[in-house]
Amino acid sequence: MKKRVIALLLAATMVAGLTACGGSGNGADSSTDAAQTEEGDAAPAEEETESDSAEETTEADTTASTGEKILSVQIGPDPETIDPALNSAVDGGNMLLHSFECLLTVDQEGKLAPGQAETWETSEDGLTWTFHLRDGLKWSDGSDLTANDFVYSWKRVCDPMVAAPYAETVLSMVEGYESAIAGDLDALQVVAEDDSTLVVTLSTACPYFGSLAAFATLSPVQEATVEANGDAWATSAETYISNGPFYVSEWVPGSHIMMSKNPNYWNADAIKLDGIKFNLIEDANASYSAYQTGEVLFIKDVPTEEIPSLSDNPEFHVDPIIGTYYLSLNTQREPFTDAKVRKALSLAIDREYVANTLMQGTYSPASNFMGPGWIDTDGSQFIDNANGGQPYIDTANHEANVEEAKTLLADAGYPDGEGLPAITYSTNDAGYHKVVAEYLQQAWGELGVDVTVDIVEWASFTPMRRNGDYDASRNGWVGDYSDPSNMLDLLFSSNGNNDGKFNNADYDAAMTVSRTTLDAAERSAALHEAEDILMEEAGCIPVAYYNDFWLQSEKITGSWHSAYGYWYFMYADIAE
Amino acid sequence: MLKYIAKRIGLAIVTIWAVATITFFLMNMVPGGPFLSEKAISPQATAALEAKYGLDKPLPQQYITYMWDALHGDFGDSLKQRGRTVMDIIKMKFPVSARVGGLSVLVALLIGIPLGSIAALKRGKFLDSLISVVATCGIAVPSFVICTLLLYFLGVKLRLLPTIGLSSWKNYVMPVLALSFYPTAYIMRLMRSSMLDVLGQDYMRTAKAKGVSGILILFKHALRNAILPVVTYVGPMLAYTVTGSFVVEKIFTIPGLGGEFITAISGRDYTLIMGTTIFLATLIIVMNVIVDIVYKIVDPRIKLK
Repeated sequence: MKKRVIALLLAATMVAGLTACGGSGNGADSSTDAAQTEEGDAAPAEEETESDSAEETTEADTTASTGEKILSVQIGPDPETIDPALNSAVDGGNMLLHSFECLLTVDQEGKLAPGQAETWETSEDGLTWTFHLRDGLKWSDGSDLTANDFVYSWKRVCDPMVAAPYAETVLSMVEGYESAIAGDLDALQVVAEDDSTLVVTLSTACPYFGSLAAFATLSPVQEATVEANGDAWATSAETYISNGPFYVSEWVPGSHIMMSKNPNYWNADAIKLDGIKFNLIEDANASYSAYQTGEVLFIKDVPTEEIPSLSDNPEFHVDPIIGTYYLSLNTQREPFTDAKVRKALSLAIDREYVANTLMQGTYSPASNFMGPGWIDTDGSQFIDNANGGQPYIDTANHEANVEEAKTLLADAGYPDGEGLPAITYSTNDAGYHKVVAEYLQQAWGELGVDVTVDIVEWASFTPMRRNGDYDASRNGWVGDYSDPSNMLDLLFSSNGNNDGKFNNADYDAAMTVSRTTLDAAERSAALHEAEDILMEEAGCIPVAYYNDFWLQSEKITGSWHSAYGYWYFMYADIAE
Repeated sequence: MLKYIAKRIGLAIVTIWAVATITFFLMNMVPGGPFLSEKAISPQATAALEAKYGLDKPLPQQYITYMWDALHGDFGDSLKQRGRTVMDIIKMKFPVSARVGGLSVLVALLIGIPLGSIAALKRGKFLDSLISVVATCGIAVPSFVICTLLLYFLGVKLRLLPTIGLSSWKNYVMPVLALSFYPTAYIMRLMRSSMLDVLGQDYMRTAKAKGVSGILILFKHALRNAILPVVTYVGPMLAYTVTGSFVVEKIFTIPGLGGEFITAISGRDYTLIMGTTIFLATLIIVMNVIVDIVYKIVDPRIKLK
């Protein structure tokens, strides 16, 4: 009996235990529920991916079953904007080049060619430019494009509410610009005489206005879509109406911009591709992987550590662009007030070593400020006529340069660098900037100059340099158009990009002559004189010329690269 | 419980306000601005831009305007990505990050919890050591290394998976693996130690003594108690993971939100910095409240006050 009682008690405890377990069982159920809802969340995601993969098959490689010829390339990360008026970057410029066309274009040889305008002429005083548009021009949505569209677009560039960064560069020489930029847009002297004639009146002669008429900022934009959608018109494919060889058919920010052939383009018959897919890859290693797998046939961002192994590869290209990697010296601070010191620092740099070894041949040694690609007033290479055809700095003869540098420094009162204050060299950390900084530390150290390197975050670096809050700093410029004034203007005393605050009356006078004269030879002489002064005074220290370097599959035919840093894929084809 | 939640929400609003205020003034103290580029734009253009976005006003006034608009759900236009509002960007990019991040959290839970439990059960055995080694690697190896290795072997060498974009399910494999590596390892370790702790408890011995089978003990009795630390960890981890990873998104070209946090700061896109920060702060706080509620469900002994 006793045993039975004990058994019963045991049974009771077990039942109690079970109930407790039951409670826990409920708990376990609720946690499975939670897991299920999580899976439930994941399920629609998978459905979406499936539909995405269906999309992929249609837009996949060049040999897709639909037979569409789509060129898949990488030329940079997501552009900040692809609104022609707002863009100021090369990444966006490459997109505009394919989706828009200006009055004029730049051909494969770098010469001006007819674009939306079939012909154009300049009045004798150089102040009136008349453009005659092609017949039957259309927007990508099929509506008509007339001279009035250019009038609207150019006035829009001046609109303070649009705040176009390049307004001053491209339109400041047009009559009425000052009033327009202040808000009275109609003051701008750009007039549509009829649907196919555009007349532009300039306030001062601008011999290179043709280059500006081919500049992406002055692309026509469609009034209807801009007015209806505001700034957002350029953010989605539906409202992004354009007039170039391609139109944007899809933009997934951070992923890709898909452009399709524009059947309404005047020269559509010459376009062989059905579309171009711009993959917005940010990371160079990722680009390189995608290139190796064949997912893209062209990449602009090649990892620098791969370059030594690529030098013999026929798919690896290096091509100059108009631009110079240079150093700014703060001419308002001691000891850079003395031109001799500046010149000594310049001569101490072994440019061949920097460009060919440190920068792995992706830059070229700079003997001048104005490198290859800048066009003189007679159409020849500016560099060929500079300094009587001689380089300003003999980069091949570094030993002699160093000796000259030491003499100059002694003349300036600092023999072997004695008495020179320590210099801080400021740069941001990207590309080769840091290795160049370390090299300068050593090279200038050999002159007896004590150099400290200061690495500054990009967004702080630019204002610091602009405010003159530095001793010496990295600088660089890539030209917007090939007229030499575009870069020589940088050293004009009042220029906003004159970070070294170089202030030389003769230089300013020469630049002023170049702006006003209508005589090509006189203008050329003035520009060369300016560079002579700049190099003699060492107003800045050119180090290397920029090149673009990229990987391009041999399957791509008919594309070219311009000295402005653009790739032209519009007339390209893919060989099977 | 309702009272508790109401209290937490009240606290959350204060926290978010504090986060927003501190961020607002800190970011304006950092030198630089959104409209800078290597090529200086003209002073008129800069002035016009500043006027357009209200940056020409004194800072306290900007702060009040911003807060007032934010209260009404208007987080402003992005200063760098012209034509897009901050909400547009978050709406467009968050779902992508959430999909990749959500999948990787799921993977981490499904792998981490069982493996961690097994390691605890087989304590000191080979399997335990193996799992510990894997877990240590997972915690020590940074995600960019994992991304690069995956990309190199699965993408470039074996050509099994596409390397860019998110166009098919195959594209998800590598980023999800890369993203889940660290949380999986962390969950394994958490799970192992808390499971060991639970297994040593008296009630486990009782259950064993009563002859409950090994598997049942583990999953019915031990797991419930052992999982609490994992729940604590998963809440904020989920918030961080679904908002995207800068590194993983960059390497696999995923159009997610993670990159925006970084580029907004380096580009001084003030409105986007504010928007993404407030968004992340809100998400973390919400996750923490949810964790507390889940706690209550998992362990009824916990009282929410």
